[in-house]
Amino acid sequence: MAYSATVRESYQSELAGIREAGLFKEERYIHAPQAADIDVEFPVGAPPRRVINLCANNYLGLSSHPEVIAAAHAGLDHRGYGMSSVRFICGTQDIHRELESRLTAFLGTEDTLLFPSCMDANAGVFEAVLTDQDVMIADRLVHASIVDGMRLCKALQDTFKHSDMAHLEEKLQEHRDKRFRMIITDGVFSMDGDIVKLDEIVALAERYDAMVCVDDSHATGFIGKTGRGTHEHCGVMGKIDIITTTLGKAMGGASGGCVSGRRELVEMCRQRARPYLFSNTVAPVIVAGALKVLELLSGSTERRDKLEWNARYWRKLLTEAGFDIKAGESPIVPVMLYNAKLAQDVARDLFAEGIYVVGFFFPVVAKGQARIRTQLSAAHEKHHLDRGIEAFTKVGKKYGILGKTKQEVIEQYGL
Amino acid sequence: MDDIKRVIRDYVVKEYLEEGDDREITETTPLISGGIVDSFSMVSLKRFLERKYEIQIPDAEATTTAFDTVDSIAVVVGRFQKARA
Repeated sequence: MAYSATVRESYQSELAGIREAGLFKEERYIHAPQAADIDVEFPVGAPPRRVINLCANNYLGLSSHPEVIAAAHAGLDHRGYGMSSVRFICGTQDIHRELESRLTAFLGTEDTLLFPSCMDANAGVFEAVLTDQDVMIADRLVHASIVDGMRLCKALQDTFKHSDMAHLEEKLQEHRDKRFRMIITDGVFSMDGDIVKLDEIVALAERYDAMVCVDDSHATGFIGKTGRGTHEHCGVMGKIDIITTTLGKAMGGASGGCVSGRRELVEMCRQRARPYLFSNTVAPVIVAGALKVLELLSGSTERRDKLEWNARYWRKLLTEAGFDIKAGESPIVPVMLYNAKLAQDVARDLFAEGIYVVGFFFPVVAKGQARIRTQLSAAHEKHHLDRGIEAFTKVGKKYGILGKTKQEVIEQYGL
Repeated sequence: MDDIKRVIRDYVVKEYLEEGDDREITETTPLISGGIVDSFSMVSLKRFLERKYEIQIPDAEATTTAFDTVDSIAVVVGRFQKARA
């Protein structure tokens, strides 16, 4: 079919609808390496301005770390730029397997398989290990990539209320007749920043003979005393059957993901997971950088300790200033505003004050739960956060929301 | 509210509302477009209805529009009950 005027108009009208609904996403161009201070061109064509970045997943500040960059350069020199092949034809180098072994050791699992991204890992893992005789029971707030992966799998789908162990138990009882049960959850929930009750989930999994799959993308490298993830934080290392995670956030932030866990499950992914089978894996230059990241993290907890301090300090500053934040201990700190327009207005004004944050609202979060998600990094120094709270306080005063309860904000701005 | 509608409403309240969420669910409350039920978790509602009323609702019929209110869900259930009879 030709791309006729009618076809074009149809898409133009759909795009206009997205814009009218206030859901149109626009990129902001960064004229600098990823860091705590970045130069941002926004709107397009405006001269770049220096702002403090409070919305990156650069938790450990390793995205532009000189040792990671040097290792990536060396990887480029020694192993080249691309593989021009999928893994099982001629797309696997010694360093790919080395990175998988290092990740296995770091996560305390039995084996690991790299994927082009964690989105791909989640898209491929369930179909590879479960059949129509099985059931997947997921927390309702899992990441979109898990939802997509579950939809690609023939096993029965079910969900439980967010972090509600009694509801999960009901579901496990309901599905006792299935061959295999798999509980699926995020480790740290990306929009709320809360940490999964993994110890309780493991206890239920043992009682009802279920496997456990955790997406630790917002945890690997910094949650837990030595940064292994939520399984370390909750004292259940070695008890998680599948961990999916990313190299695209704390672990250097370039790209790539993995499935790590029980040897047979990982091998099933190597045999059957379509995103692994039908696309190139992580480029050599990124593998070399990720190996350096793991070396840095295995040698010291300094960066995750600093991140922990930053998160605690930022939470304290926001609370003392009178903002309504989601309680927790992760470096994801949502500032609750409830009203979608208010969230967008506050984010826009903060940008004008030199603070880069983004407003989130329905359908990304539940209706009436609009917020600004702030994210801390080990790259932040105390002065970044002190400057950040100055700007937040100024904007918060302008909108009259400091010290206000949820009800009062809703009364003032509506939902 | 007739029996089927009451069964649907009670299930929605139990399955989808968080503890402490005292929103009233009526026959016309928008469930999916209103953000109470999402398309990902509505599969348990469909399965519950199929089991409870011994019917099969094809996926193509279990759309987010057809499942948006207690009223519209009851219409779907009624249609497949008739088909079974």
